Amino acid sequence: MQNVFNIAWRQFRSYFNGPVAYIVAIIMLGVVGFMFWTFFFLQGRATVHEMFNWMGYVMVIAAPAITMGLIAEEKASGTIEILLTMPVKESEVILGKFFGAFGLYLVIVLLTFVNPLAVSQFGQLDWGPVMTGYLGLVLEGSAMIAIGLVASSTQSNQLVAFFISLFLLAFVGWLVPAAARFLATGWLASALETISFTHHLESMARGVIDTRDVLFFVSLTIAGLVLSFQAVESRRWS
Amino acid sequence: MSDVMIEAHGLGKSYGSFVALKNASFELRRGEILGLLGPNGAGKSTTMKILTCFIAPSTGTAKVNGCDIWEDSIGARAAIGYLPESTPLYQEMLVKEYLDWVAAMRGLSGEKAERRVLEVVEEVGLEPKIAATIKELSKGFKQRVGLAQALIHEPPILILDEPMSGLDPNQAAEIRELIRRIGEERTVILSTHNLDEVQKTCQRVLIIHEGRIVADDTPEALIATSGGPRYRVTFLDGRRLEAGSLRDAKGAPDARAAFGKLAGVDAVRELSNKDGEIKVEITATAKVSDLRPEIFQAAVEAGMVVVGLETKTQNLDQVFRDLTTGEPEPEERRRPKRRAPAPEEE
Repeated sequence: MQNVFNIAWRQFRSYFNGPVAYIVAIIMLGVVGFMFWTFFFLQGRATVHEMFNWMGYVMVIAAPAITMGLIAEEKASGTIEILLTMPVKESEVILGKFFGAFGLYLVIVLLTFVNPLAVSQFGQLDWGPVMTGYLGLVLEGSAMIAIGLVASSTQSNQLVAFFISLFLLAFVGWLVPAAARFLATGWLASALETISFTHHLESMARGVIDTRDVLFFVSLTIAGLVLSFQAVESRRWS
Repeated sequence: MSDVMIEAHGLGKSYGSFVALKNASFELRRGEILGLLGPNGAGKSTTMKILTCFIAPSTGTAKVNGCDIWEDSIGARAAIGYLPESTPLYQEMLVKEYLDWVAAMRGLSGEKAERRVLEVVEEVGLEPKIAATIKELSKGFKQRVGLAQALIHEPPILILDEPMSGLDPNQAAEIRELIRRIGEERTVILSTHNLDEVQKTCQRVLIIHEGRIVADDTPEALIATSGGPRYRVTFLDGRRLEAGSLRDAKGAPDARAAFGKLAGVDAVRELSNKDGEIKVEITATAKVSDLRPEIFQAAVEAGMVVVGLETKTQNLDQVFRDLTTGEPEPEERRRPKRRAPAPEEE
């Protein structure tokens, strides 16, 4: 556990030595803030529901940016050779990397809390859906980061890793939700909804904690971690 | 605890159809400094990566400090300090910050960690750079950071992949001195292309060629077994010494016949014939005493006008070339412009 923490902490801090953390934070806070407030004043209702959707859309780009370097950069620079010859398990390395990126995500998510706080100044804000929405955001982010980690674990080029996870996340986070909304009803629409990130987040943003939504994100996170572990472990045998 | 720190049994590694290492077995005892020598791609790094548990061997196994690399890889890794080739470090970190992190990863904490970091910084001479960012350091200082991270947990075994490559001669000398000091109480494996370094630093040499161990001995023994000393005789072409005075003569005296009949001579070959001077090399069989008087005597009897006689002792460079190319050292290596035609025999 100590190893996981040490790896995660180093990873977390390293974000602030480069531009990635700042760019991601500015995009998330800026774009989400702008889109949310624009719609907020058009709508004129005291709700932050829309913010969660915008966060999910922006994370399709932000998650690949946060995760692209996790393992790929260590492979490219060779530092993975020092890391994996320390007395640590591969699983600890993967978990450490995951939590390092997840920590950065949590900090950014925490900063978006200014939005509901501001909204509550304008009117009576129902805090229940805000809290479940944030839970959904945390779960969705962990699934997206785990998917990005898989891409980074299989590549030694950060940019390739970025585009692989961008492609995957754009599919489930942009394309599928848009298609489901376009079709609106029918079996295809409901089939698309089951793999749509937006759909699973949305019900939580409405204040409903459905175990299916929670399980969706949690199982994706676990699958991502397991696949990443296998990718790193298989390197020993190649 | 046994004195054997590393035991490798039949280690092999294949990448698809490419065999990087084949059936490598060796033992290494406490306090030994082993030099791994070999051309690029010979299997040096592969051997090191297997011992450090970075990659798994395709065949065979090894014990590191008594821990099997298959069954107790964590135990094996804990006993090793490893500096990979080209010193990969987290460039954006500060030296102190990085070493603190390595100490924590190596299971050190609190006062002990703090003390070890400062000790190791002093040991490798990093004090002036402790607050610097790693990417701003010179190659020599980066190498020291690499050594520091390998030493922080006081490992009984150090594995250093080309620790001196890319350093200028002064830096290399400092790092070599450091390794020799470190090697006093530890078992060290280092790989290098630089034969001079091996002769100066290592008590034992393992020469790897095309994935196989082709030699395993002390540098001195390798030099001794690979042939005796060589003598180079230069004499005037077309002149003879007769009755104490020089006469013109037709053709070159037959050096091969003159020197070939001497006891202890293995081979005679012509190195060059230019500007009226002929140079031959006489290879003595191993373990003969100085042949210079006999050579001189034979030359006089043959009427040869000797203008030069030098002894060339066999060095590791030659041994390495012999073992890894099967060809003798090219002549006049240091003066490529006047390079002689390829030697026809050895």
